[in-house]
Amino acid sequence: MAAPTILLLAPPYFGWDVVRDLQELFRYPFMQHAYAAATLVAIVAGAIGYFVVLRGSSFAAHALSHIGFAGATGAVLLGVSPLAGLLVFTGGAGAAMGWLGGRRLRGQDVVIGIVLAWTLGLGVLFIALYSGNVQAAFAILFGEILGISVTDVQVTAIAAAITVVALAVLYRPLLFASVDEEVAEARGVPVQALSIIFMLVLAVAVSEAVQVVGVLLIFSLIVTPAAIAERLVARPLRALILSAALALLFAWSGLTIAYYLPYPVSFFITSIAFFSYLAVRGVLALRGRAAV
Amino acid sequence: MSSAAIAARDLAAGYDGARIWQGATFEIAQGEFIAVLGPNGAGKSTLFRIILGLLRPAAGSLQVLGGAPRRGDARIGYVPQRRTIDVDLPVRGRDLVKLGVDGHRLGIEVPGPARVAADRRVAEAIHAVRADAYADRRVGRLSGGEQQRLSLAQALVGKPEILLLDEPLASLDLRNQIGMAALVADLARQQGLTVLLIAHDVNPLLNLIDRVLYVAHGQTAIGKPGEMITSETLTRLYGAEVEVLRDRHGHLYVVGLEDEIAHPHGAAP
Repeated sequence: MAAPTILLLAPPYFGWDVVRDLQELFRYPFMQHAYAAATLVAIVAGAIGYFVVLRGSSFAAHALSHIGFAGATGAVLLGVSPLAGLLVFTGGAGAAMGWLGGRRLRGQDVVIGIVLAWTLGLGVLFIALYSGNVQAAFAILFGEILGISVTDVQVTAIAAAITVVALAVLYRPLLFASVDEEVAEARGVPVQALSIIFMLVLAVAVSEAVQVVGVLLIFSLIVTPAAIAERLVARPLRALILSAALALLFAWSGLTIAYYLPYPVSFFITSIAFFSYLAVRGVLALRGRAAV
Repeated sequence: MSSAAIAARDLAAGYDGARIWQGATFEIAQGEFIAVLGPNGAGKSTLFRIILGLLRPAAGSLQVLGGAPRRGDARIGYVPQRRTIDVDLPVRGRDLVKLGVDGHRLGIEVPGPARVAADRRVAEAIHAVRADAYADRRVGRLSGGEQQRLSLAQALVGKPEILLLDEPLASLDLRNQIGMAALVADLARQQGLTVLLIAHDVNPLLNLIDRVLYVAHGQTAIGKPGEMITSETLTRLYGAEVEVLRDRHGHLYVVGLEDEIAHPHGAAP
């Protein structure tokens, strides 16, 4: 099965008429759904990504997505929504990691690595048992943004609302615990509980993002925009907003380019993110230091 | 006595069977400046954690500002022992200090009079530690001394009554050690703060402190520096032959405990 690319009956219009360009882009329902889902996912991924990078939990985020793979393929095997499987597996794993990592334990990455390797194997088993549907596995691995239904968009909207509200409520103590754990603890911030809640929120965000970029490419929406934002801006709230804006930019431009070119959406999103990161690092290196 | 800032009675630290130290009985008056001395691993930071309410005493009683220690007590400012801050930590010094005002509150700060007042308090605290020049740079890129001053500002911004400083002079050169110690003493006097400062070398503090609290070999002892830092007292405290030498500037040198005192970064026992 080939990678999901856009196949249109007639060649799409593309030119200087911006209104007509937009009409063309939003002509088909699948593109409308794709833009809606990409918007929701990008905002959530970019915002939570700020804390993922700040806390040094990139590997945990990566691992969550891989563990989610087993959940999603298991759900397909059982005939339920892959999103449900994703949420159950990433939620469970996230809670366990948050509990372990309230204090950054030495060797924690080794434990995560061992668990994620096993869950990938589990995912492969589930695919083999569900013989015949390689397409489902492919969609989970690399994203299926063009095959999103109205229901998917609604579920994504609910999940996005939950994560955004949770992040807004937890913002200050989470920032405190991420930047200065010992003082935060002394000031009464429940750092251990916060660590678990954060990983649960991350689990929801990862499960959502899988629809757009898939478990293998989750970094491009969760980690890359935040890594760029944190190099450019030092004020926490501004960096968080910039991170979400960048994720949005990457998702939208990837989707738009993929409409006109016969290559997968995920390729464009990840490439734009990657080269933006390179460009920012290059410019900052030439200037000699990170911007304030 | 209720006017004491901190009063310990037969206090012990540690876990079942394994006591770190015990029998600590002392009173620290409000406004006193105390240097907490003792070898690595003797339980100096543990004493701080008990005062902060993060750790329960193994035995005995402790009164902090007239009540039992409780976690999150805003009347205590705390600067933990610092490891190096990640160079790329994307946070300005000012943001770090700001967390001392409202970092424990839920939600996102909203624009308004409360935020203006908070920003002013942050600016005042930064000014008080003379960190104005670099408060808007990323903390990870500042020197150890600059980071220590900002941490101190973070502890002060909550308008505490007690200040607990865990090795604020470690990793500073001698000139910065003296500057930092003098700054803490100044602020403590101006604001009427009770200060407990953990240090390895008492010399930069000698003219500033009221008393020293020794935590060594499972016990504690408190007294004036002149009474405490003597060959007799330290020999008794450590149970080893210790000699205290005094040079013509009045600096004290402790001989015989090189492994425990003279190498601040030596391995903990």
